[in-house]
Amino acid sequence: MRTLVTLAVLVTALLGTLLIGTRFSDASLTPKLALDLEGGTQVILRPVAQDGEQVTAEAIAQAIDIIRQRVDASGVAEAEITSQGGSSGGTNIVVSLPGEPDQATLDLVRESAQMLFRPVLTYNTPGVTEPTTAIADLADPADASDLAWLTQDVLDTFAALDCTDPANLTGGSSASGAQDAPISACDQQGAFKYVLGPVEILGNDIDSASSGLRVGPTGALTNEWVTNITFTSAGTSAFRDVTTRLLALESPRNQFAMVLDGLVISAPAVNNVISDGRAEISGTFTRESAALLAQQLNFGALPLTFEVQSEQQISATLGSEQLQKGLLAGLVGLILVALYSLVQYRALGFVTIASLVVAGVITYGLITLLSWTQGYRLSLPGVAGIIVAIGITADSFIVYFERVRDELRDGRSLPAAVEEGWRRARRTILASDAVNFLAAIVLYFLAVGGVRGFAFTLGLTTLVDLVVVMLFTHPLLIVLARTRFFGEGHRLSGLDPEALGARSRYVGRGKVVPAGSRAFPGPGGPPDETSGDDGAPLVSDDADPRRLTIAERRAAQQRASQATVDRKDV
Amino acid sequence: MAASRMSQWGNDLYTGRRSYAIVGHRRRWYTVSAALLLVSVTLLLVRGLTPSIDFSGGAEFTLSGVSDTAQQPAVDAVAAIAPDSVPRVSVVGTSSLQVRTGTLDDAQVRATAEALAAAYGIPVADVSSSFIGPNWGADVTSKALRGLVVFLVLVTIIMAVYFRAWRMAVAALVALLHDLVITVGLYAGVGWEVSPATVIGFLTILGYSIYDTVVVFDKVRENTAKVLEQKRYTNAELSNLAVNQTLVRSINTSVVALLPVSGILFIGAFLLGAGTLRDIALALFIGMIVGTFSSIYIATPVAVTLRAREPAIKAHTAMVLAARTADTGSAGIPVEHVRVGANVPGVHLGAAAQPKRRKPPRPTGRKP
Repeated sequence: MRTLVTLAVLVTALLGTLLIGTRFSDASLTPKLALDLEGGTQVILRPVAQDGEQVTAEAIAQAIDIIRQRVDASGVAEAEITSQGGSSGGTNIVVSLPGEPDQATLDLVRESAQMLFRPVLTYNTPGVTEPTTAIADLADPADASDLAWLTQDVLDTFAALDCTDPANLTGGSSASGAQDAPISACDQQGAFKYVLGPVEILGNDIDSASSGLRVGPTGALTNEWVTNITFTSAGTSAFRDVTTRLLALESPRNQFAMVLDGLVISAPAVNNVISDGRAEISGTFTRESAALLAQQLNFGALPLTFEVQSEQQISATLGSEQLQKGLLAGLVGLILVALYSLVQYRALGFVTIASLVVAGVITYGLITLLSWTQGYRLSLPGVAGIIVAIGITADSFIVYFERVRDELRDGRSLPAAVEEGWRRARRTILASDAVNFLAAIVLYFLAVGGVRGFAFTLGLTTLVDLVVVMLFTHPLLIVLARTRFFGEGHRLSGLDPEALGARSRYVGRGKVVPAGSRAFPGPGGPPDETSGDDGAPLVSDDADPRRLTIAERRAAQQRASQATVDRKDV
Repeated sequence: MAASRMSQWGNDLYTGRRSYAIVGHRRRWYTVSAALLLVSVTLLLVRGLTPSIDFSGGAEFTLSGVSDTAQQPAVDAVAAIAPDSVPRVSVVGTSSLQVRTGTLDDAQVRATAEALAAAYGIPVADVSSSFIGPNWGADVTSKALRGLVVFLVLVTIIMAVYFRAWRMAVAALVALLHDLVITVGLYAGVGWEVSPATVIGFLTILGYSIYDTVVVFDKVRENTAKVLEQKRYTNAELSNLAVNQTLVRSINTSVVALLPVSGILFIGAFLLGAGTLRDIALALFIGMIVGTFSSIYIATPVAVTLRAREPAIKAHTAMVLAARTADTGSAGIPVEHVRVGANVPGVHLGAAAQPKRRKPPRPTGRKP
């Protein structure tokens, strides 16, 4: 009973937050919709290379990656980013953002991305860390690796930087910082955070980069994937100075960070002075990751700026008709589910329906809340995911009810069967939900784009399923088990021990208790109407006679003819 | 009354009075599933998957100065030129339309532009065309695949730890791959194009398949937890009982899950025509049916087949069968009539369950 109140408080709090949000902030009572359902803003960008060189297809692919990283990390779900080759020549990038994106998001999309090399001063775990105190009297920094760059301001910014927050992984020019000052930066995956010294080498100083298998000292190919960088003549001398200085320093100051669009993509340590402008980065590379780094470095060698060609409102790609018909279909399906569970589980079916309604209210509330606070947007696949969740949520109840029925078949009384059935069903429900939740978490953190939206919906509905079955269905069933209608197994309750083929049960000392009744009625419980007046064993006459001894059967028949209380009339 | 017959059926399955030898006839089900896999792979190879614009890119037409921005004329115009392509139509600004189609050759591009101009009553010069790249790029796919591999590794470890038998985790993975291949194959057979919604449908099927298998396996785990401590039933028989006991649950769950999906599929396919809704509903519809099939007929039999190689289980099975054959001589019960069920109080387990005399049988030729 207490858990039911807790749930009521939670749901009220959820809806209350929304209502207050609507009144005092910009929340609304309906979730925001994604591009396919609502339309949005389409920005067409023309990438322009700084030196007027030809823009390669790889550079476009890399630019799309960078824009996607910015958009995904800024919390805008379900943006579409494609390349568009016009008949007039040249390739454009088309970014479609759902709804009406704010100016900050639009600015983020059209900024140019830069590749910069900075020396590492210190690094830490990605979360918020304890602030440290700077060295008392700081001389003017002698070079880019000097620890004198770590002023109190820099250290405080660094301590407060939380790279586990996706909002800090957007990159962009604000994250890139001023070139002559130290910055605090996140690893692109959010695995580390760094304090980096002033910029030493610009992306333009890279001539080209490639990946391949490492060539061993004897000239033979080894099994190790590496990325090779060739610098321009300006870059060669700058890189020689940097490697000479860093080689003498202790870890982590012997590392230099490659910063693309304000995020650290790699921070290798210097192993020897490189004076010929040909550097080799080795490490735990696979073929793909080595190629990716090379692609990013090549992009850095030829930075692109984006010119906005057009910025227009576009309508939903799916007609509003699609959504309406889809919802109608879902509704018809739900009614069928309700009918089916009523046929299968009789009155217990109402528990299923009530639970699904509660789950629906919580899911709707959470999605609306998240679309207000986190910018979550509901797409058509998301709607479909929720409709599928009906099945998975209802399955928890079905597993639970079937377990309770199994326990009733074993001859337990209803309250005991609910208790025992719950104990077993809970294990199953937790195990299977854990698997679903794991899928959601892994896909959410590792995937991008639409898959991410799907993972979010899956995780959300799994959690709602757990909350509903724990805080609503189970407590409700405990309460119902105490009522006469369910507790005594009315024919329409769906828990009729007779229909479930329950057996009478031997409870010791010569007593057999008919199925479904309480063995030892508690002081507060209803009187056990089926036990005989004299407390002698009483066996209901509907039980299978083959299981009784002849003497028992005769005694039962005799008593039944005398008994004033007939079980069937109760 | 259907429900009472169903619950009577459930009772019989629970107590073992009625039992389907699903594990016993596992070779039959392996054959069925091998045939299904073969059909799916053939369909996949012969018909192949038709990627949508999101994967392949295509052509984009921009119609300017349109007075009526209804979307249907554009859909019809494209369908007349390229019937396989499912166009995306959206309104840009107030008076222009953007139509995206699959890859078209030059002649088709010209024909489509003319058809679109005619459909909206504007000069052909107001229809501009360009090529667009995929918005579901290779990086989206590679990242999704990486996530999937990480998930599968993690889920295998978790299941191996939870069920304390890595062979059950492997069986769950086999069932999962089985579901995925058949779903994708049958989808290819239907020939609708694969959109991101379809991919998301396939991902949902992965989750559903694992979920369904875990529920059945949990009952198997419960039934077979103490399999080595008793001498009456083999591991295969107890696992088969678990499948039978969860049969009602499996049917109820799949019906409940399929009802809304078939609602969407029906409306999507027959009333709306091509689109996201239809794609995802078909992927889910096939996947859920296959997922339920595999959780009953594939997952547990494979787990039993694999576990039969465990030395402890192997020795136990041999011991139970030997003891049973020995009993057959004295009690006269044919081995195949052993009833495997939940131990319900009051059920007669047959003469074999009664205490036996330890004395050897009397020598023949002497009347008592």
